[in-house]
Amino acid sequence: MEEFLQQLTNGLAVGGIYALIALGYTMVYGVLKLINFAHGDLFTYGAYLGLTLLTSLALTDRVGFAVGVLVLVLMVMGLVAVLGAILERAAYRPLRESPRLSAVVSALGASIFLQNTLMLVYGAQIQVYPDGILPTATLDFFGLYLPLMRVLIVLASVAMMVALYLFIQKTRIGTAIRAAAIDQGAARLMGIDVNRVILLVFLLGPALGGAAGLMVGLYYGQVNFTMGWVYGMKAFTAAILGGIGNIPGAMVGGLLLGVIEALGAAYISIAWKDAIAFCVLILILIVRPTGLLGERVADKI
Amino acid sequence: MNRFKPFLIALVAGLLPFAPLFLNTYQVDVLNSIGLYALLALSLNLILGEAGLFNMGHAAFYAMGAYTAAILNTRYQIPILWTLPLSGLVAGLFALAVARPVVHLRGDYLLIVTIGVGEIVRIALVNDVFGITGGANGIFGISRPKLFGFVIRRPEEFFYLIWGFVALTIFLFLRLKQSRFGRALNYLREDEVAAEGSGINTDYYKLAAFGLGAAWAGMAGTLFAAKMTIISPESFSFWESVVLFMIVILGGAGSIPGVLLAAFLVVGLPELFREFASARMLVFGLVMMVMMVVRPQGLLPARGQRFSLATLMRETVR
Repeated sequence: MEEFLQQLTNGLAVGGIYALIALGYTMVYGVLKLINFAHGDLFTYGAYLGLTLLTSLALTDRVGFAVGVLVLVLMVMGLVAVLGAILERAAYRPLRESPRLSAVVSALGASIFLQNTLMLVYGAQIQVYPDGILPTATLDFFGLYLPLMRVLIVLASVAMMVALYLFIQKTRIGTAIRAAAIDQGAARLMGIDVNRVILLVFLLGPALGGAAGLMVGLYYGQVNFTMGWVYGMKAFTAAILGGIGNIPGAMVGGLLLGVIEALGAAYISIAWKDAIAFCVLILILIVRPTGLLGERVADKI
Repeated sequence: MNRFKPFLIALVAGLLPFAPLFLNTYQVDVLNSIGLYALLALSLNLILGEAGLFNMGHAAFYAMGAYTAAILNTRYQIPILWTLPLSGLVAGLFALAVARPVVHLRGDYLLIVTIGVGEIVRIALVNDVFGITGGANGIFGISRPKLFGFVIRRPEEFFYLIWGFVALTIFLFLRLKQSRFGRALNYLREDEVAAEGSGINTDYYKLAAFGLGAAWAGMAGTLFAAKMTIISPESFSFWESVVLFMIVILGGAGSIPGVLLAAFLVVGLPELFREFASARMLVFGLVMMVMMVVRPQGLLPARGQRFSLATLMRETVR
């Protein structure tokens, strides 16, 4: 039981991270019908920028752990959001009217490009987050000892998801995003500036993805330049699992996938851990391509 | 330019067989790699270029072929070239089995699924599935190919084996392109609904394209295993699939000369700039982005087929 609960909470923490990345995929897909392959690499940028800022500014030494990490998260989110907007400008906007294959290839190109810039700047070896900055304390929940970091990550990801959900559902801008996702042409006729909506989506998604990257760095303590690819694929699986284009779906899908993967790794085989997510992906696409929360939409001819 | 193209192609094709006489061993080896990638890209072109099915797990089929050949050769001492049809068959059947449930998926969904299949195959190979793939170390001690009692050993000898196979492939695929089958695939790519409306069994043709392309990749895998004598899972990583995808897209989807040219550029050019080897992928990524804006149809785009009026009349009368 102890082992099971440990795995379950671990799955929730990883799942929260998947969910945050999945939100970026799902929002972009909702508005542009494009799989933003470079999203996983923006996530990696979050992890690397976090590492650089953490070590070079020594925030946690100056203002204490809680405030320091909070400032760090905001800085990383802001920087990665700017990067996302640049990406949209450079790689996707020129292809707005092109066939989908062109945009997909461009997205892949952007992914390869981003990944390799990181490699050239930081080197190909694994980068390690410094010891001693992160808390190693454990919390006691009625006899279940959980690492503080794990609890913080679950809380932070849930908080960000709730904030995003409220923003999308309750504000005027959120309504505009939803409208553009349903029908771009009609949204334009209603006076919504679709280009600005797209820009906004490319700010929000990468900001969450960057935060997720930082969380992975803080949780596992090490990052490498290709990790965005694996996390990106898994987060994309999560987005499909929940129903792509569907924001609550991405959250549910992410948490679910994290738990499935953690339990699968613990009780089936750790060596096949990465294959589990891909099997889930293929199964869901065969059985229910619209995802758990997705609605069946008739194909337009 | 277009007027000179046939002459240019004839010139390159005429000079290529004499290349080993003028080049050193290393350069011939590079040409061999180009030949293997050209084979793989031509087989992917059938799926991605002709039929328009986004397949980014081609390395999985390639791996199936290579491992089939390696296992048959090292365990049962079957001569490596004899395994060629069988590894093609295994890769083709595997492709049919995985493509059957997913082939109806829309463009980028199919892309994701094929990426997933490629990764599952790679992980299975690393985990030594069924205890026959040798895990992360792979399989070594694959014997040299033997042709009419002549053992092929040096790169100069492999050159003729590989490029001979490439020439055969080009000939067959050109024939295929002009056949009813090839036209059906093109129709499918351009407009699936209209194709189905004209009585083309879309699922059948899509599967056939997948099976045939994968079988060809499997045979290329056999040649790879024969050339390297050692194979391991890292030769069949996701990036192999990406590079193949890129060759087809950069060259021009559905264009055989385009794919060959792109194979030369993508595999050959980095060898010329070895000192910048670490920036190779960076440049690739940038080129992919720029190409899609400037020239999305590829370097040598496929031209629509033309038929003279006389042939058409004859066909319709018949």
